[in-house]
Amino acid sequence: MMLEVNHVRKSFDSAEVLKDVSISVEKGEVVSILGPSGSGKTTLLRCMNFLERADSGEMIFDGRRIDLAAASDREIAAIRKKTAFVFQNYNLFLNKNALQNVTEGLVIARKMDRAKADEIGRQALAKVGMLDWKDSYPSQLSGGQQQRVAIARAIAVDPEIIYFDEPTSALDPELTGEVLDVMRTLADDGMTMLVVTHEMGFARNVSSKVCFMEGGVVVESGTPEKIFGDPEKDRTREFLGILEKEQ
Amino acid sequence: MSERLINIIIDSFWKILLPGLKMTVPLTVISFAIAMVIAVLCALAQFADIKPLKPVIRFYIWVIRGTPLLVQLYVLFYGLPNIGITLDPFPSAVIVFAINEGAYASETIRAALESVPSGQIEAGYCVGMSYFQIMRRIVLPQAFRTAFPTLGNELISMVKDTSLAANITVMEMFMATQRIVARTYEPLALYIEVGVIYLIFSTVLTRLQRYGEKRLAFYGRR
Repeated sequence: MMLEVNHVRKSFDSAEVLKDVSISVEKGEVVSILGPSGSGKTTLLRCMNFLERADSGEMIFDGRRIDLAAASDREIAAIRKKTAFVFQNYNLFLNKNALQNVTEGLVIARKMDRAKADEIGRQALAKVGMLDWKDSYPSQLSGGQQQRVAIARAIAVDPEIIYFDEPTSALDPELTGEVLDVMRTLADDGMTMLVVTHEMGFARNVSSKVCFMEGGVVVESGTPEKIFGDPEKDRTREFLGILEKEQ
Repeated sequence: MSERLINIIIDSFWKILLPGLKMTVPLTVISFAIAMVIAVLCALAQFADIKPLKPVIRFYIWVIRGTPLLVQLYVLFYGLPNIGITLDPFPSAVIVFAINEGAYASETIRAALESVPSGQIEAGYCVGMSYFQIMRRIVLPQAFRTAFPTLGNELISMVKDTSLAANITVMEMFMATQRIVARTYEPLALYIEVGVIYLIFSTVLTRLQRYGEKRLAFYGRR
């Protein structure tokens, strides 16, 4: 098992958002987390990269055990250098152009030589089809283009896993496709991905495992065939049924 | 207008402008530079929520913003000698203007720092940057752009406020004018003249501010 988190708990004030959640990802796997708003799926992802501090829980990453509630700054920095995060609203650095957005983490955080970083940055932008826009600032790009640059920024650091937090939720349907295409390419290349999403098509066709979360717990998880074809729990069936009717 | 008056106005132009260049400008530039250092440090300490420093900074800002600049000048220059601290007029003025402007500018910069979306900081962490690197590379440059127009206004205000230094015997433009008025008895013409010279200074700075804003706008609107 490449990455797993066990018994994660997190409360905001009195609201318990995560109630003993465990999840695991194998190398090369694409795991989709589905669930209604407020189910805790985004919070889980944020706890795994320490953007939120879990109240309790453990992480096992590359065979090393880390206490999610008590991890030191050094442990957190080490984990962040092996992971990447794609946000719902892109969060590209507004004062940097597309190429600089991709190289910033290489040059500044990893002290990579500028020329080498630029080369990696160009490759990453080419991979997401954004090389022609390398000198554009985020304000000059559409949402879908910004998200593709954000994905280039994520793959440039050669992470062991990329977390995606609803990467297409801020995009209109026309732009969703270009981002999902890029994600599908990454999956085909064997990138390990943990994806919080409402895109049923992506979850069903691209992921190797699907987790359904609700009310701060994992209700059910399994292969997409099982979750979409013959879920065990009524609640899963109900949620997927509703979504499929909407589509 | 009599020939005498015209001659007085022409003669006095350089006599006012010269102290302007020799006193008003250095007083403004030095004080504003020190004020920026004070302001950035105070703003960063508050933004980073450094607990023991926060009440000290809030107290400083409260006192300085709540009392007149003229009173601050008098306390430092005429008051402190009572407890054995005597300073020359120019350094006294620099200290007061720097401390005064530092308080206002720190609030401007703090507000600009807080206007940077928190997602910018989170994205910085996620690409492996440290808090210090994120502040230096991402947050401060964006905050500077937001703060720039307000800081420009504050600099223009400061040029005009330096006329208050005449009260503590700094030989700047306004005091130079007062002296010529005492000699010539032409207050209307001469006070308008010094006003015009202040206006020229302000106009130059306004132009510079506009140019700076254009340069900083290179990465477009949010």
